[in-house]
Parts: sequence; structure tokens; C-alpha cells
Amino acid sequence: MNTSNSQKLVMIGNGMAGIRCIEHLLKLAPDAYEITVFGAEPHPNYNRIQLSTVLADGGSGLQDIVLNDWSWYAEHGITLHVGHTVTSIDTQARTVASDQGLTVSYDVLLIATGSRAFMLPVSGADKEGVIGFRDIRDCETMLEASRTYRRAAVIGGGLLGLEAARGLLNLGMDVTVIHNSSALMNRQLDPPASHMLRHELEMQGMKFLTNMQTREITGADRVTGISFKDGSFLETDLVVMAVGITPNAELAARSGIAVKRGVLVGDDLSTSVPGVYALGECAEHNGITYGLVAPLYEQGAVLAKHLAGVHSEGYKGSVTSTKLKVSGVDVFSAGDYIGLEGTRSLSFKDEVDAVYKKLVLRGDLLEGVVLFGDINDGPMLFNLMKTGESVAGREKQLLLGFAPGATSAASPLERLSAMPGDEIVCGCNGVSKDDIVDAIASKGCTSLSAVKSCTKASASCGGCKPLVEDLLTLTAGDSVVKAKEGICGCTPLDRNSILEAINAMGLTSVKETMNVLEWSQPEGCSKCRPALNYYLGMLKPGEYRDQKESRFTNERYHANIQKDGTYSVVPRIYGGVTSPAELKHIADVAERFQVPLVKFTGGQRLDLLGVRKEDLPRMWEELGMASGSAYGKALRTVKTCVGDTFCRFGTQDAMGMGIKLEKAFERISTPAKFKMAVSGCPRNCAEATIKDFGVVAIDGGWELHAGGNGGVKVRATDLLTVVRTEEEVMEWSGAYLQYYRENANWNERTAHWVDRIGIDAIREALSDRDERLALVDRLQTALSGLEDPWHEIVDNAELRKNFEPLAAAGRNSQ
Amino acid sequence: MSEYHVGHTGQIDPLGSRTVTVEKEEVALFKLSSGEIAAVENRCPHKGGKLSEGMVCGSSVHCPLHDWKIDLRSGRAAAPDEGSVKVYQAQVDKDGRIILVKNEVCPAVHP
Repeated sequence: MNTSNSQKLVMIGNGMAGIRCIEHLLKLAPDAYEITVFGAEPHPNYNRIQLSTVLADGGSGLQDIVLNDWSWYAEHGITLHVGHTVTSIDTQARTVASDQGLTVSYDVLLIATGSRAFMLPVSGADKEGVIGFRDIRDCETMLEASRTYRRAAVIGGGLLGLEAARGLLNLGMDVTVIHNSSALMNRQLDPPASHMLRHELEMQGMKFLTNMQTREITGADRVTGISFKDGSFLETDLVVMAVGITPNAELAARSGIAVKRGVLVGDDLSTSVPGVYALGECAEHNGITYGLVAPLYEQGAVLAKHLAGVHSEGYKGSVTSTKLKVSGVDVFSAGDYIGLEGTRSLSFKDEVDAVYKKLVLRGDLLEGVVLFGDINDGPMLFNLMKTGESVAGREKQLLLGFAPGATSAASPLERLSAMPGDEIVCGCNGVSKDDIVDAIASKGCTSLSAVKSCTKASASCGGCKPLVEDLLTLTAGDSVVKAKEGICGCTPLDRNSILEAINAMGLTSVKETMNVLEWSQPEGCSKCRPALNYYLGMLKPGEYRDQKESRFTNERYHANIQKDGTYSVVPRIYGGVTSPAELKHIADVAERFQVPLVKFTGGQRLDLLGVRKEDLPRMWEELGMASGSAYGKALRTVKTCVGDTFCRFGTQDAMGMGIKLEKAFERISTPAKFKMAVSGCPRNCAEATIKDFGVVAIDGGWELHAGGNGGVKVRATDLLTVVRTEEEVMEWSGAYLQYYRENANWNERTAHWVDRIGIDAIREALSDRDERLALVDRLQTALSGLEDPWHEIVDNAELRKNFEPLAAAGRNSQ
Repeated sequence: MSEYHVGHTGQIDPLGSRTVTVEKEEVALFKLSSGEIAAVENRCPHKGGKLSEGMVCGSSVHCPLHDWKIDLRSGRAAAPDEGSVKVYQAQVDKDGRIILVKNEVCPAVHP
């Protein structure tokens, strides 16, 4: 990258707009510049827009919002100085100097210093506990405050303020939003939409003080409250200022570069000084400073072209749209949201489903959009605004999604074919309709999985899968391969065909199966290999030798891998019933191995997290307990309530029943993880009705429930049957477990399986006692001979070696 | 160029992996079904997952964290993912000893 004729490019600022520009530049002219970046924050470039989601998950996702990690800079030969604030620019000598005493010369300088929260000029705004909501440090302060304090106030009822408030609610704080107008988001929403927004947010627990002017922030060192101009007072422990942003333009101004509100730039993003450019929130173009990411990315693209010597139209300003990122509240706004003089508007308000839509027209052109509750059409309408296409004659259809008076709404395919090409279909991965159509038309993708692997569309949350399938139908028509999708991309065969083939041909190993059934990838993939390993083990218990190399990491090392490569250890504690001695013992071992985190799991077990892989076998040895299978597609835990042992409502011995079930079925492999619970009375404190198999005691018997799930999509169980005795509970649960083992697809949880085949079909299959006993018998065969995996590894040096790193010895170094 | 003895082929199970730290960098050694030993930087280009813990399929390994598929010979992530890891040469002498040559044979390629 450092070719002798490359120019020196220095960028002040390490944020989204600037780095996006550098990314473009590296693509257009990889060798043209030797790049140095100064960043005041001690982080690589991260996604500032996602700060509110970091708060949503309690701060655990800070790493996930990094856009360019440290290695990205190194790989592209970019010199990065973080923790350096640039304090002066010498535009004559063409150098910049940082507060850390570093001076660097440049041929081209990019100012991308961004903006900061505008702090209200009121007394007390400098107290501890008064912050903005702009960066990771603000997030950390909020997280920290939520651990000690309860009350938070957000000043500003705009986009940023509401996102901050939602984040603070997620942290368990009591949140009041203070706004100087009567309407929330009054810069983006008209009164009806604003009113509906307030109602929704109040339902979520947010409190509001509107039409309030802050007079003073009170407290000794730390904030204790806010007093208002009307004489009222609010007690609070934390104040987040979200009233607006101020471009960071002081450095440029000090250096003799023309500045008004922001650094003044022309259409090529150049400033008043030759060789110096500005972009992002610090820049002012045609009197406008932008604070949303889309225009800043547009500026980055234009500047990159300019710097690479590639022709562009220049930056012409941006039309912006806004989307509120608060879960459960969908708001979209663009352009003229009020309906200024000379415009006409159409609106639709539905207070039953909380939907509001408004379109603002000037002549035949769409000039503004407000959507609340249903924002699916947002990107399409915004696109119409940007292109300036006439909407004459179809205004009502655009508003309602169908033409009033027509016999029916447009079919999904019709709507899809009318969708503009640059509209995003897969929001998770930013894949547009054009990207998908291109993959189908010119890259030969004729199935959903091909489109997925080619474009990533529908590869994350899967929400757009129906749209992608419709695009396939629309674009490829008859050539769409809707043939039975195989269990993975390596084979067109589904589960049943594979099982039949294994039985019919007597196949005995994963390798042989892939070979005989002509897998396209001779060694399979991470989907089919574990599946085949499970099916073979299920079909031939005792005979089939489990292939650990076809199991996932967790099942291979009998612990759960964590994001940093350490593992977690969950010892088996039957029924969640332990003793002081056992707890002391676990505590001793945890201390000896300096376990960084000990946590109770949702299934009433102890999780020891952060264990180094090489410590696992020794730790298991010292624990001397059985594996809790917390990592496996196997019986996880049987959660229990206290039952009639102590509880005054208990009708049966729930703990005893749970322990019995856990001892009977531990270690068995299942298509997917299998969780159980036993509640001692219908109050159901063990939450048995969201488990794969739940047992609820009633007076004189037991209800048996199946197919529940408390995870991604909550599904309550279906009642399978009611029995009288403990023996019957064991018989039915064993039969159900084996029936699931024999009939479900690998990796299919019982909730999906029960949904797919129906509880009636399962009840029918288990209704005959002889059939139940035969199933239990087959389950017993599979269970016999299973040993505790931890003990097996502890006692076997050959297995144990895989936990140890190898040692390197130097050899003829030169 | 520096060369290191890093163990014996018998210390790695077929389709298995071991790690070794050389010049402060953790390297993952894999034994493919052919018996070939492959050596790469033990860090997935996506989120830094330890590739040594992943499942070996043919000449690729699937990262244990988010299932990125990395080719152990070129170091490249399979499309549509983008990124690559450093690949090192691992020679096996006649006694089955593995010699790791610590200079990148295949410099990381970036699209």
C-alpha cells in the first residue's frame, strides 16, 4: 500500500461517515493514499446507531456493534491513533498535531469529527450524572447508573431521546421523558401520529412531562433533580440530554477554515482551504447539517470518488427519512410531515390496530410520508419521493395498499413486481430486490438456499423468506427448484429418504452414507454430518460407534463454548435439588480454578463460566459430578418446584418425580435439546407448560404436557394425557421421548415437531399400551451402555490429550 | 523464516485439531481425512472464534461460533462471507513429526 508515489491522507475522526468514505476509497483506488486516522475515542469504528440496542441487552453486545475491528485497519495498512484528539491543523505546512504530542503531515486532510450532544445551557448541566447519548462511554455510564440508581430523566422527546429512554427502561430504570413541546417527535410526526406514539410508549412504562422548560439541574456533586420554569420539580438520579446535536467544528474554525454551524463544504465536500475536506455530522452543505446516517454515507461515497479521481455528479444534498428504533413501536417519517401550504394530504387512522398513515402531495408529487404501526411501505414511498415520479391516480392505493372499489387488494406477487429494484428486501443483511433478482437471473440461483448463499438474503432472521420465495417465482418462473429440499445443500434427499436408505442398505457410518447416497460434498457440512451421526445412532443403538468429529464443538468437548473460546461447565444436579455440602464443594472447585462467573441457569442449575479448555478435564475430575449435558442435544434439566415436601399447596412429590425422570433419561441423545419440568400443583411454579415435556401434579394424578418452548417463539404445551400413578408418568414420558427420537428431524425442537405432526397423531401413536412399552424398551436399549462423558474423558489419556495445547520447539531459526 | 517442531501427526485425531502457540500467535493444526496437516491462524475473520474447535469437512473448517466456513488451504471464507485467515505451511517429516514454517504461505487476500 505504501508505494512511493502515494499521497498522504490524514483523517481526523474515526466514525461511521469517515470510515465509510475510506472503505469506498480503498475499493476505488487501493494504492493511491497512505492513510492515517485519528480517533478521540478508544474504540475502532462502531455503529453509533445501534447504541440503543446495546442498552437493550444490558451492554453485553458492545462487541457486536463494532463495524471495523482493529485487524481491519492493520489489513488495509491504515495507521490508527486512538485516544488522540487532534488539537491543531497547520494548513500552510499541511500538518496536524494531537494532544498526545504527535504531529503528522498530510497531502489531503479529511475532517470527520462528527458532533456531540447539545447540552442545555442551564445551571447544573455539568454535574455528575448528566450525560448525552452519543457514544460507548455514555452507554457505559447509563449501564453503571442502572446498577446503583433507579430514576432517570431524559430531556428531549425526539428520536434520540426516545431511544435512550427505551434503553433505560430496558435497564430496569424508572424513566421520565421531558419535552418542551406538547407532541413527541414533533420534528418528524404530525399530531395524530405523535399522540399514538405517546400512548404506545406509555403502555411500555415510559412517563412523560410535556410542555416543560428546564430551569436548573440540582444536586451537590451528583444530580438529584430537575427544576422547571413553571416551578415544579422532578427527582432523578441520572439526566440524559437528548435535545439535539452540535457539529464539532471548533478545530476547523481555529485553523482558519470557513465555518458557520458546521464546516462549510461544496458539492465535492471541499472546504475553504485547498486539500482539506469535511464530511459527516461536522459538515454543513447548502446551509444544512445532517444527523442521520444515510446522507452521511452519501457524502462518503461522493468524496471517495472525488479523491480517487472518479467522475461523480457531486453531492446535491439529501432527502432524509426517519425510522424510530424502539421495539414494538413502528414509526416512519420522511419529508413534509405536516402538510404545508399548497399541499394536499390523505390520511388513514385505525385506532383498533393502532395504525396511522398519511401522505402529503404537492401537485402530482409525493412530498411527505408519516407511517405509524405499519411501516412496510416506508421504503417504497420514500423511493417515490426521491425519484419525483408522478403518483397521480394512485394516491389512495399508495395510502391503503389497495385501490378502493377494486374487487380485492393487489396480490402479493403484484405488489412485489411493482416494488422498486433498490428497495431493501432483507433488512438484516441489506439485500435489495435487484440483488436478489440479479442472483436469480444472472447467477443461476433457482432455489431459496442458492439465493441465500449467494446474497445472504433471509440468512439471518428469516423474516423475508416468503418475499424471497415470491421473487424466485416471479423471476425464474417454472425453473424454480421447489423439489424436495434436502437436509442440507449436500444432498437433495430429505430425512425420511435417508433413513429408509440407511435401513434398506444397512449403512453403518456417516462416511459410507454420504458416499453411497452420492453427497455433492464428499465430506458433508456442519448440518448433515451431525444429523447423519444422530440418525445412525438412533437407528442402531449399541451397534453404531458415535463419531465425535461429526458433532459440534460443545458435544465434542462436553462443555459450552463461549465467544472468547473459553467453556462453561454445568454439573448435573438432579431435579435442581442440592445440599450445603455439595454447594461448598462446587464453590471450592470454582475458586481453585478461578472461575470468573458463577450463575444460576434458567433451568435451576449452576453454570461455571469462563473455564479454559485445558482446565476442563481436571475440573471435572475435582468436581466428581456427572455432566449436566447443558451443551448437548440431549435431556438438559428437569426443573421442579418444591411440591408437597414443603409447599402448602403441593399435591404430589414434584422434586422426587423430577429426580426420577432426570436419572432415568440423562445422557440420551435427542434430535434437539430436550427440557422437562415437574410442578407439584396446577399453580405450575416450575413452568412445565413451556417445556418439551411438562408434568403437572393434580390432586390424585398427573397431567402430561408436550411440545412447549420458552425460547425464540413461546409455545405453550398441548395436553397429551392425564395419568394416575408415578409408574404411568415414567411409561408415558419414556414412550414420548422415544417417539420424538424416532420421528423428528435432527435439530427440530418438540415445539416445531408437535406443530408439524399434531398432538393428536402423537397421542394416537402412544395410546396403545403395548406400543408404549415397545417404545420404552427401545429407549432402554439406547440408554444402556451410555456412560458419563466427563468420567470417560477424565480416565482416558487419548481423549484427554485433545484438551491440551501442543508445545513448539524452535528449529534452525535463521 | 523460522521453523518449529510442533508435535507429531499421531497427536492429532483424524478430522481433529490441536493448537500451538508460536511467536505469540495461536495456530490451529488440523488433520484432514487424507492425513494432510493444515495450519492456520486460530482466529475466525468474523468474530475471532477459535477455528480449532470447529468441524472439519473436506478441506474446510466450520467456525464454532457462527458457522463461517473457512478453507484451510487458501484461508478464505466461503461465499457469501468475506474474509480470510493466515495460512502456514506444515510439513511432515518421515518420522511423522510436524514442522511449522512460520511465514505466511498465502497472505490474507482481501476483496
